Amino acid sequence: MVALVPIDWHLVWTRIVSPNGVFAHALWATVYISIVAQIMGILLGLLAALMRMSRLLPFRFLSGFYVLVFRGTPVLVQIMFFWLVLPGPRIFNFGAFHLPQAVVAGILALGVNEGAYMREIIRAGIDSIDRGQMEAAKSLGMRSGLAMRRIVLPQAARVIVPPLGNEFNNMMKTSSLVYIIGVYEMFSDAEQAYSTALAVAPFIAVAFWYFILTSIWSFAQALIERKLAVSEHGDEISLRDRAIGIWTEGGGMVRSAWPWRARA
Amino acid sequence: MNASFEFVMHADEVHKSFGLLHVLRGVSLDVRLRETVCIIGTSGSGKTTFLRCINHLEKIDSGLIEVNGHPIGYRERKGKLVEDRERNISRQRTEIGFVFQRFNLFPHKTALENVIEAPVHVRGVSKDQAIAEAETLLARVGLGDKKDAYPGKLSGGQQQRVAIARSLAMKPALMLFDEPTSALDPEVTGEVLDVMEELAHAGTTMIVVTHEMGFAKRAADRVVMMDEGVIIEEGSPEHFFESPTHERTKTFLSKIL
Repeated sequence: MVALVPIDWHLVWTRIVSPNGVFAHALWATVYISIVAQIMGILLGLLAALMRMSRLLPFRFLSGFYVLVFRGTPVLVQIMFFWLVLPGPRIFNFGAFHLPQAVVAGILALGVNEGAYMREIIRAGIDSIDRGQMEAAKSLGMRSGLAMRRIVLPQAARVIVPPLGNEFNNMMKTSSLVYIIGVYEMFSDAEQAYSTALAVAPFIAVAFWYFILTSIWSFAQALIERKLAVSEHGDEISLRDRAIGIWTEGGGMVRSAWPWRARA
Repeated sequence: MNASFEFVMHADEVHKSFGLLHVLRGVSLDVRLRETVCIIGTSGSGKTTFLRCINHLEKIDSGLIEVNGHPIGYRERKGKLVEDRERNISRQRTEIGFVFQRFNLFPHKTALENVIEAPVHVRGVSKDQAIAEAETLLARVGLGDKKDAYPGKLSGGQQQRVAIARSLAMKPALMLFDEPTSALDPEVTGEVLDVMEELAHAGTTMIVVTHEMGFAKRAADRVVMMDEGVIIEEGSPEHFFESPTHERTKTFLSKIL
């Protein structure tokens, strides 16, 4: 019989219900690093997806090369790379925000890495829209940029949002890797607590906090998807079904999760 | 201004290939103002491809297509024809309405939003004016009460009528119809053909690729028979349906009528 290391549940409980003062900082760091990096990833992914469809070969090549490199190497290596090559001051000032160099490097690495994955998701979304939509827009005199913005992308968004939700869920957890370059966020906080307690308890507590974050996001995602789905189908899935769906099928469009409910 | 301006559409020796497949082998056709021309022919004869060339959804390999006296898709540079800039092609397309076999309505927009989309965002018409005009157009195609419906909630016939209204909203000089009833259930083709017939009698210049011989008889000023990428016979509907001359036309009509 292998004896497990005893878990100090009291310490787990304390770190959940009454986290220390710096924890709020750590939580906030995880949230904003994830959000900024994800937004950056979406923008880079959109740019790369559009470049891939360009008539100019260099753009298509650059887009392919970007995906090849950043999907083909570990994000941890990319984080180290950006941290080591990023020039500039120890503190970056963006208006009211003052970010340490490591945070900027971490966000850049996570964002650029995410862009490579987002390109594939956005590309698949655009490809899923019938060619006739672009032709109809063009035959009305719309130029391709306008047609993309007003006709194709709004429809592609419905296809893009569910995997985008997964990406952001991943992002919140992957952002923990920036602890390696000394960014103070939730995982670093747990790591520091571990260095004094030398027990598994801080990690269980931090797992709980990540779980809270991802659950909140799943709920938000369900709201966004509902809003996108309404216009096309007219009939809505109730918020209650969505909320329950988060726990039963991992979020998203769930109708079949409740077989005992009457199917209209 | 070109001498061919008397024609709304002027096509001269148009050739088009898809890879090794030579689809159009020298198509020439002139369409006058207020004229309705029906193009008939077996599938694969190139009629849809020709229609798509007229608004440059397909690029022609050689020949010339002019709408309102302006060459479509190409301009002359140093004595050679080069593909035009997208801006010019788009501007020309605003003059050419196109109705697709599969409607291609924008599913994320209501019927009304489909109709006002291009007037507002391409022509720069004010939203109020566009809405007023769109309501008139939707009433004209018999869908005044469906303006807030999404395409998914409309029948095929209703969707196609919205698509016609959407094209008309740009006040085009020429309307192109690509087998507009082929994707419809038989019981709703009538409502779409009625709208098109009304347009034809109101003096809209239109080119209609169709298999609906009844419509061709009632609405066309001229019928054109295409076969293997060329026009083999053209004439009035009476000529076509009573005394066709070409052997292929006779065979085709005997099969379809």
